[in-house]
Amino acid sequence: MYGNAYIDPNDKANSILAGEDPQKLEEFENRIARGEKIEPKDWMPKEYRRQLIRMIEQHAHSEIIGALPEGTWITRAPGFRRKLALMAKVQDEVGHAQLLYSAAETLGKSREAMINDLITGKSKYSNVFNYPAFTWADACIIAWLIDAGAIINQVANAKGSYGPYCRALDRICTEESFHLKYGHDNVVTLATGSEIQREMVQAALIRWWPPIMHFFGPSDKISQHTEILMKWKVKMASNDDMRQQFLDMYVPKIWDLGLTLPDPLLKKNPETKKWEYTEPDWEEFKRVINGGGPCNAERLAVRRHAEENGRWVREALNNVGSKYVVPLA
Amino acid sequence: MIQSLDPRITRAEIEENNSISPLKDLDQWETYEVFHQKKRGDQHMHVGIVHAPNAEMALLFAKEQYGRRGVSVNIWVVCTRDVFTSDYDDTDMFDVSEKQYREAGGYKVMEKINKYKKANKI
Ligand SMILES: [Fe+2]
Ligand SMILES: [Fe+2]
Repeated sequence: MYGNAYIDPNDKANSILAGEDPQKLEEFENRIARGEKIEPKDWMPKEYRRQLIRMIEQHAHSEIIGALPEGTWITRAPGFRRKLALMAKVQDEVGHAQLLYSAAETLGKSREAMINDLITGKSKYSNVFNYPAFTWADACIIAWLIDAGAIINQVANAKGSYGPYCRALDRICTEESFHLKYGHDNVVTLATGSEIQREMVQAALIRWWPPIMHFFGPSDKISQHTEILMKWKVKMASNDDMRQQFLDMYVPKIWDLGLTLPDPLLKKNPETKKWEYTEPDWEEFKRVINGGGPCNAERLAVRRHAEENGRWVREALNNVGSKYVVPLA
Repeated sequence: MIQSLDPRITRAEIEENNSISPLKDLDQWETYEVFHQKKRGDQHMHVGIVHAPNAEMALLFAKEQYGRRGVSVNIWVVCTRDVFTSDYDDTDMFDVSEKQYREAGGYKVMEKINKYKKANKI
């Protein structure tokens, strides 16, 4: 494709690959096509590096910010065992952020730079965490269904081409199975409990359904750019495919508990075997991702507060002889 | 002042536009490579890194990050800059396709025995 004589200057794919050594690019693409992983010091196209940093960094930020709405409920979780379990889950999420920051670092962006971009609002994180967890039931719905969505995404990405990201995701997915089970158990407890508990979990589900439908993002635009990212195994599944997989796995489980979802059009078409649903409100999605959601300001202010208040500890411990080198893997 | 659903956040009296000076280089310290042994008798395996100001803190963080689920008996940490590595571009130095004499499969004894037996009708 790059060896062809005629290059259309308006073709976006050409500008993505502009300036890349065609022979190295071919070796790189062949390696991925053979199913081999790319490691940090390998040659890689600039766009591959740029997209992976963006993706892994956003993923890391999502883990860190995602710990906030759930962390809110640790002190008020019903019973000692649930407090312990939620603390363990929140610690896992922060640990996931650390693993992901490390993977992104191997591509050449320092952790300081990533944190700076998070707290100034330059980098994004998963939109769902800009919504509040009003009740204990919201925390339960997050632990079950948001984590379920995250697992679908992470399992797909774990088969990608960048070694350090795949390794981080393998570790993460192992822990996610606990989160999913813990969340399901909590939702089942509420749904099979008293009338008040059932109402509480039903209300939380209604609140969280729109953000859940937003979770995988709008339908992908079919572009050469997306095609290249799929060929490079950076993007592993389309947003719509992941949403379908989610609906297939979880809507039956939700209905099984006698809970209802706030979408009268939601059903599986027996012929196409695809789920049909009301198109999510993508204007709302854009508004929230650009800072207009109910919790955006709070989330970032809390992060800045934490960074600022921990700074003196980090400085006090700093070792004068230290010198940064990029982590190995 | 942020009025949060989380009473702890409200109590911290956080300003909504609390801008802070950016994190400087090495704010997050340098990195240590972590090796962990799942059970006695196993090899120590590289599992990832931690950021830490010194080796003792690196061990503490490594325990939290890689050893919090009861599948470890021992951890090592090594400062990343003390690790010397080979280069993926030099992978061809590991090519042993012409070194069959190093492999068990490079010795075809049965062929020789069968040839001998056939020749001598044993
Ligand atoms: Fe996570
Ligand atoms: Fe999780």
